[in-house]
Amino acid sequence: MATLVVNGTERRYEGDPEMPLLWFLRDELGLTGTKFGCGQALCGACTVHVDGSAVRACQTPLSAVEGAKVTTIEGLSPDGEHPVQAAWRELNVSQCGYCQTGQIMQAAAFLKDTPNPTDDDIDSAMTGNLCRCGTYPRIRAAIKQAAAKGGKT
Amino acid sequence: MSARTLDAAPAGIANVSRRGLLAGIGAGALVLAVGIPPAAEAQQPKGFGADGMPNGWRDDPKLFVAIAEDGTVTVTCHRQEMGQGVRTSIPMVVADELEADWSKVRVAQAWADEGRFGNQDTDGSRSLRHFFMPMRRVGASARAMLEQAAANQWRVPVAQVRAANHVVTHAPTGRTLGYGALAKAAAELPVPARDTLRLKDPSAFRYIGKDATGLIDNRDITTGKAVYGIDARVEGTLYAVVARPPVFGGKAVSFDGSEAMKVPGVLKVVAIDPPAIPSEFQPLGGVAVVARNTHAAMKGRDALKITWEDGPNASYSSDTYRAALEEAARKPAKVVRNEGDVDKAMAGAAKKVEAEYYIPHLAQAPLEPPAALVRIVDGRCEAWACTQAPQVTRTRLAQRLGIPEDRVTVNVTLLGGGFGRKSKPDFVIEAGLCSKAMDGAPVKVTWTREDDLHHGFYHTVSVERIEAGLDASGKPVAWLHRSAAPTIGSIFAADMKHELPFELGMGLVNTPFAIPNIRAENPEAQAHARIGWFRAVSNIPHAFAIQSFVAELAHAAGRDPKDYLLEVIGPARIVDPVALGDVWNHGEDPKRYPIDTGRLRRVVETAAAGIGWGRPMPSGRGLGIAGHYSFVTYVAVAAEVEVDGRGRLSIPRVDIAVDCGPQVNPERVRSQMEGAVVMGAGIATSAAITFKDGRVEQNNYDSYELTRIDTAPREIRVHLLPSNDYAQPLGGVGEPGLPPVAPAIANAVFAATGKRIRQLPIRDQLTA
Repeated sequence: MATLVVNGTERRYEGDPEMPLLWFLRDELGLTGTKFGCGQALCGACTVHVDGSAVRACQTPLSAVEGAKVTTIEGLSPDGEHPVQAAWRELNVSQCGYCQTGQIMQAAAFLKDTPNPTDDDIDSAMTGNLCRCGTYPRIRAAIKQAAAKGGKT
Repeated sequence: MSARTLDAAPAGIANVSRRGLLAGIGAGALVLAVGIPPAAEAQQPKGFGADGMPNGWRDDPKLFVAIAEDGTVTVTCHRQEMGQGVRTSIPMVVADELEADWSKVRVAQAWADEGRFGNQDTDGSRSLRHFFMPMRRVGASARAMLEQAAANQWRVPVAQVRAANHVVTHAPTGRTLGYGALAKAAAELPVPARDTLRLKDPSAFRYIGKDATGLIDNRDITTGKAVYGIDARVEGTLYAVVARPPVFGGKAVSFDGSEAMKVPGVLKVVAIDPPAIPSEFQPLGGVAVVARNTHAAMKGRDALKITWEDGPNASYSSDTYRAALEEAARKPAKVVRNEGDVDKAMAGAAKKVEAEYYIPHLAQAPLEPPAALVRIVDGRCEAWACTQAPQVTRTRLAQRLGIPEDRVTVNVTLLGGGFGRKSKPDFVIEAGLCSKAMDGAPVKVTWTREDDLHHGFYHTVSVERIEAGLDASGKPVAWLHRSAAPTIGSIFAADMKHELPFELGMGLVNTPFAIPNIRAENPEAQAHARIGWFRAVSNIPHAFAIQSFVAELAHAAGRDPKDYLLEVIGPARIVDPVALGDVWNHGEDPKRYPIDTGRLRRVVETAAAGIGWGRPMPSGRGLGIAGHYSFVTYVAVAAEVEVDGRGRLSIPRVDIAVDCGPQVNPERVRSQMEGAVVMGAGIATSAAITFKDGRVEQNNYDSYELTRIDTAPREIRVHLLPSNDYAQPLGGVGEPGLPPVAPAIANAVFAATGKRIRQLPIRDQLTA
């Protein structure tokens, strides 16, 4: 059995402890804001925070998050007004939007540690997050805008 | 549980179901959208544009606009959102003509029903091109009905009342009524005749052509509430993945599912029959594993023991196929365009130049893989799907399940990218077959990324060979282009070996060059994989070859590539595409949409000016340019590249200039161009699908490499050619940005290094 805290609520799972956190969130809890893109930690669409750090939920078995605090896009901010979310909206970053929850979770964790990032910092922090629509120029701009406004909540 | 139980509908999908609209907007709400389309409007004659599409267009406001008593305006969008912004842009058009306050506008997604909504097939960069005017009329009709309702209530002539920004005012007395208060009475009025409608003067547009409107789904997307096909859930949802034949045309000859059934959570192993060939949009067959969650389904699939028979394409390998295409391209072939006398002019040319270009298969690889949910209750089938083609999905689902089409509902979710892949409903049919095998229980089929890359509908692979003869001054006098590529037609007719008119008309036969002797030929090419639409389709290889070759000719003539390109395009003039041999013209009227070389010249000049063409470049840096006409839009790209001492390529800057006629949502036009540049950079530098022994060699994003933030052009500048004349026809936006990107980058590489790129992707060609 696995026990973890998801967006502030304790959750238990009696099934396969090797189930990736991604499918537990999506199929068992119905938290579908965390996306499936590759299943191999190659695209970042499934990025969540585990004890404050950005991780790829598709490659994180439940056994590895026993007792951990998991934050998904649904729990990033109570009102959806995290500076990264706000910047994403102000700059109309999204096209199809599918990868953007992962991008936002990655950027939010990154800005917490690197409040004033350079372009190269952004490149190395965000290179694991694919966007097939090609919104990278706006992702870069939105991260800078969120940083300018204080980055963290 | 009824198939239409609303409380079981996936949360967050704002579909207008027949009951959903009535029940979902609140009791007592006035609903314009319950009207039945007048029979007189049901069918338009076959023709160009939307008239030439299946089921044409509708402009009945009762189909598209609902106004609630609180004034909330709900616009039904009958085109699918996949990142192009259509769920924002279509409501913008309606709201503008309706004089609606944007803060009170919501969007609902139409379900699959072309008989009701008109054509819903979202591809070909057509949505606003075809529906700008019908949607303007929808808004103007609804506005007229609100004005009439107010006039009736005040017992004044309608000429004295005016709707503006969600309020109708009686000018002489200053009385006002809000849209919510008028909605019920307005809904009972007849729809005004089309020729009585008063469309707004474009100078009065509030939203159209402005940059002020944010994405309507912004908040849902950024908070994780947006629902894509893969997110659809109803009570009791089961989860499935499918093991498919590794080679197209193969099948499972036997399988043993006993180990799979031992995986906790696995409920059933389901055989899916292989399709007849040609397979059109049918599933590839194989074995599905249905389970209580996706993880268990995947584990179960891993435990399947299947004996495959590979079938007739088992020897398909990209290396040998390339050689076959090259051989075909070196011999005379079916002539598809012919002006002047190429052979004679070539024989008399002072200089002859020839080159062959190779453009590999590509996979659309949208970040959301194909995924769909289907259930069958009481003989009714209901699907939730990320489909570009809802009506085709509905029809094929009904046929395959043996359920009458009027008992099949396809609800459309957001698409996590489409790029042509999601025009084919094979994945929805798979979910339908799984649901049927589970006695109608809701089953969601999810494709893994490996499934997506291994079992796709691939962009064609092609060899493009061009020969030209130059006169003594370096001017081209003869041009011979042979394009060898398997056709999309092969999924509909297995022995089809020539490009279809729509493929030829994507930049092969309709290139408007001022060269007196031009011939285009199309050798045979047998397909050995499923070939499908990929954003911009055949324009990609045609533009890559033609725009690279023009730069090669410039070099051979000792000329500046930009000046030379402008000379080859020739003076500003209007060209009849039919005269060039293009009988398709992107489905548009050649009189209304001729080729205007002045517009092509202008985007080339704009992109060149944008990037500072001709400025001195440091060692290892270079500029390249390309221009291309597609989807009745003109685009040019100027790229700056840097190649370091170790042959590593980076792209500091790209300028892209677009003339797509009048723009509805310039902000989204810019975002589409930015995205096209990023995707085009990937096509130029890293992405390729290759086959060996009939199997795709790439498995995931590690081997099918797409552009990432650190490999994307660092700076992208979009130049929109101004056009405020909304009487002019609209061009496409979603696709035409893509074709000129790769040749501009390749031409820049040549300028930087002297190395000519003749095969894509560039990958490690510069390190050798």
